[in-house]
Amino acid sequence: MRQVTLTVNGRRRSAEVEDRDLLVDMLREKLRLTGTHIGCDTSQCGACTVLLNGAAVKSCSLFAAQAEGAKVTTIEGLAKGDTLHPIQQAFHEEHGLQCGFCTPGMVMLLHEFLRRNPDPTEHEVRTALSGNMCRCTGYQNIVASALHAARTLRSEG
Amino acid sequence: MIPAAFTYHAPRTLRDAVRLLRAYEGDARVVSGGMSLIPAMKLRLVQPEHLIDIGRLGELDYVRRTEDGRVAIGAGATYRSIEKSRTVAAVAPMLVETVRQVGDLQVRNRGTLCGSAAHADPAADAPAALLALDATLHTAGGPSRRSIQARRFFVDAYETVLGPTEVLTEIRIPKQPARTGSTYLKFANKASRFAIVGVAAAITVDRKGVCTRARIAVTGAGPCAVRATASERYLTRRKVSPEAIAAAASRASRDMEFIEDVHGSEEYREHLTGVITQRALAEAARRAGA
Repeated sequence: MRQVTLTVNGRRRSAEVEDRDLLVDMLREKLRLTGTHIGCDTSQCGACTVLLNGAAVKSCSLFAAQAEGAKVTTIEGLAKGDTLHPIQQAFHEEHGLQCGFCTPGMVMLLHEFLRRNPDPTEHEVRTALSGNMCRCTGYQNIVASALHAARTLRSEG
Repeated sequence: MIPAAFTYHAPRTLRDAVRLLRAYEGDARVVSGGMSLIPAMKLRLVQPEHLIDIGRLGELDYVRRTEDGRVAIGAGATYRSIEKSRTVAAVAPMLVETVRQVGDLQVRNRGTLCGSAAHADPAADAPAALLALDATLHTAGGPSRRSIQARRFFVDAYETVLGPTEVLTEIRIPKQPARTGSTYLKFANKASRFAIVGVAAAITVDRKGVCTRARIAVTGAGPCAVRATASERYLTRRKVSPEAIAAAASRASRDMEFIEDVHGSEEYREHLTGVITQRALAEAARRAGA
């Protein structure tokens, strides 16, 4: 066992983990941040996407020990109190979720993507989402949510 | 899925990484981005006793131009940093085009070019580009440091010439000659984005449109990426035309070995190799101004 310390959603958090524990295991099992979901567990579906030092990564595909000292942002870190993050608000308004299982990963991926590309085309959104799968096939509204969020974020400057 | 137990090491220097690799010779694997290795460990296809992480070594995290005009890419450099690099765009635009087709955004944020080369997945994109760009691969940890030409590096599926204590530290890519057009084109598996067949082509033409140099490499089709030397030979010293390109592409599968899996039979891959080579050559010729 080893101690891993991360800054998660702005707070320093430590946990004892095995070397083979994945980052997603540490977040869910040790830190009880269960908003990050495990979908396929094979790096394909993107439900486990979190930000690692600002970059979207699949937390099922790195070991917690590799993240030692890193800043991690999970879906729990986006809302400010009762005020949803503009990306979350856009998913709410555009009905961007059906069962909701893929939603945390979609939101975290878009968080990085919209910072890189604040005014994307629909095609660019669809390409960016290629590593995130929605088994309800609710992509139309997810793309609408992304474009809606982009507009809000641009207007907020 | 839970990997078999192992001990994780985060050395602070490349020297320390090599020392660990020698100490645990045969029982250790090197990881950088881990986008191929970690999924394989979770499936227990790979069960190292020691995992040596070079992905956190600042000294290997670079993309830079060398004094002789080549681009040097360290083993810690992610696909993302290559995508963003103006140096790579200037020296080897085909590499940027290739890297943009790897996996998805999250995978490119962590995955590395050197890692893909060292892992040598038969369907990976990077090996084809490295072959067609005449890359050299630099190692540490063996009896001496080596620089290996790409065409001597890939041996078989998941097999390279790297020895058990060697680590790939850097890939260097030379500047392409003037009037060179290049591209990487693949027919991808829709789910994984891996290449069923991918072709990297770089052709150089003179002012009369005669091909003076051709580099064509195929990935996904066989056990490892290979140069399509019969196509290269055919095209070289011929005037580039749709007919010459078609005839060159029809020779791509000569001397090649094809694999068969759930995504396609040997015959299917052989057919695709010709089709994708023809399209890649046509695009490379267009870009070369032929």
